Amino acid sequence: MIELNEVSKVYPGGVTALNSVNLHIPAGEIHGIVGRSGAGKSTLIRCLTGLEDVTEGQISIDGVDLTAARGAELIAARRSIGMVFQHVNLLDSRTAAKNIAHPLEIARVPKAERRRRVAELLELVGLSDRADNYPSQLSGGQKQRVGIARALAAEPGVLLCDEPTSALDSTTTRQILELIGQLRDRLGITVIIITHEMSVVREICDAVSLLDEGSIARSGPLLDVISDRSSPLSKELISLPPTSALQPGAQLIEVLLTESGTIGHFGDLFSLLSRNGLPTRVEAGSIETIQGRQVGRLHIRPEDSSTAQKTLQVLTDAGLHAELTTAAALETEAGLKEEEA
Amino acid sequence: MLLAEERWLNNPVVENQLLEAVLETLYMTLATGFFTVLFGLPLGVLLHNLGPKGLNPMSPLYRALSLVVDFGRAVPFIVLMLWIIPFTRLIVGTAIGWEAAVVPLTVGAIPFFARMVENSLREVSWGKVEAVRMMGASDLHVTWNVLLREGLPGIIGGLTITLVTLISFTAMAGAVGGGGLGQLAINYGYNRYQADVMLICVILLVVIVTAVQYTGNFIARRLDHR
Repeated sequence: MIELNEVSKVYPGGVTALNSVNLHIPAGEIHGIVGRSGAGKSTLIRCLTGLEDVTEGQISIDGVDLTAARGAELIAARRSIGMVFQHVNLLDSRTAAKNIAHPLEIARVPKAERRRRVAELLELVGLSDRADNYPSQLSGGQKQRVGIARALAAEPGVLLCDEPTSALDSTTTRQILELIGQLRDRLGITVIIITHEMSVVREICDAVSLLDEGSIARSGPLLDVISDRSSPLSKELISLPPTSALQPGAQLIEVLLTESGTIGHFGDLFSLLSRNGLPTRVEAGSIETIQGRQVGRLHIRPEDSSTAQKTLQVLTDAGLHAELTTAAALETEAGLKEEEA
Repeated sequence: MLLAEERWLNNPVVENQLLEAVLETLYMTLATGFFTVLFGLPLGVLLHNLGPKGLNPMSPLYRALSLVVDFGRAVPFIVLMLWIIPFTRLIVGTAIGWEAAVVPLTVGAIPFFARMVENSLREVSWGKVEAVRMMGASDLHVTWNVLLREGLPGIIGGLTITLVTLISFTAMAGAVGGGGLGQLAINYGYNRYQADVMLICVILLVVIVTAVQYTGNFIARRLDHR
């Protein structure tokens, strides 16, 4: 269990990187942290791993206050977190097995015990036949598997992953995420994944937090966050393709569909609208299956613009999240996003 | 013509002094190489670790050390050699012979090699350093197991360049009584116009340099798993 309590970090020179961050991550959860570059993600990692002192507040892991730890205690606390890096950071001069053994060497684990653990870990990440290969002889995905095995070597309670799949292709990404999921199930480990890829969050996270300008702007179980249509995170998690072919003034209705609503799927939605004599066109749509439930977002356009209000009313009455927007407004939004990127 | 041909390679200088000169050049290079690594490697590590991208950045100390190193690099070797003669006498008891030449050669090579080490360590990615630090490793462990081990191919490369430079400096030391192939070339090849001695000295120096370069490259390649 990880608990961040009013954590602030102010760098010398007055830059506030973290501002009263509160976060509670129960044991065994896979928690995604998303945010733009400069939002404070890197600082959060450095504070969690004890590489950087926090200015205010407490970070505790399984009840041990990391911020109060010093010396040997701090080193022990660091070992309770295993870290997985975007660029893996394996030592090129060591074989896969020696890289995995490294944290154990530092912890002065006896050699025989070390060898046994390394064999176990290689097995766990499916690389038993690669023990004596140097990192340069491994593919990107295999390197990241070694990186994960190394992070788990000292039997930490927390696996902290910093953009673990950002340097990998989509197939390898899926395999690595699958591995992380399996490890959580088998070892009961708590996982924090820091990422800018919404697909990673959708695929594997139980809960997600949005970090913005050093504060947690939104945090909660994944489906709750997506169902909250007012949250910008919801729109990013289930994002829609652009509808640029439309005239700027064209009226659109944005509908968010979650299986928790009275209307379970899109089929019901359209029969409801035609029952009310409100034919519509779908301009853009996106449907994802998240934690076994279908979640989707649609941009629909009333065929007759005078019926827009009525369509909206019917949808809202049915308990759906629907709002009126125009093609122009969407384009401005998209333009802003591009500028930010 | 015939007489001259008979003298080629039958030259008593070649018979009596060549082997000794070769050995002196090798001794000078190896002894200097040894002491250069002994003092230059820790100095290079210190430069890196105190520097802006080191484990313990300490700006004022780094700048002071940097200044001393640059000073050592700036003084031309031939001037350095003559300038520190009193120091050489203090250490070896004489200023003549290959043993004496080792002192100025070492003093000249240390700053050169230290910068090479500093550069090699700087090329070890910071991510590796942080990864191992997060495992709870001490700075000493990180220096030894990450910086030096990952930077080793680069350090061997730097040592090779240092040794090659040293060999040409041993010839310069020969000009002022340092012994070795350089002295033989100057005393006989140049001052007494014995072209065969000159040629043999040149060939042997090239052979030694090539051997050092080849060995250095070979070791660096064997150690490099990147």
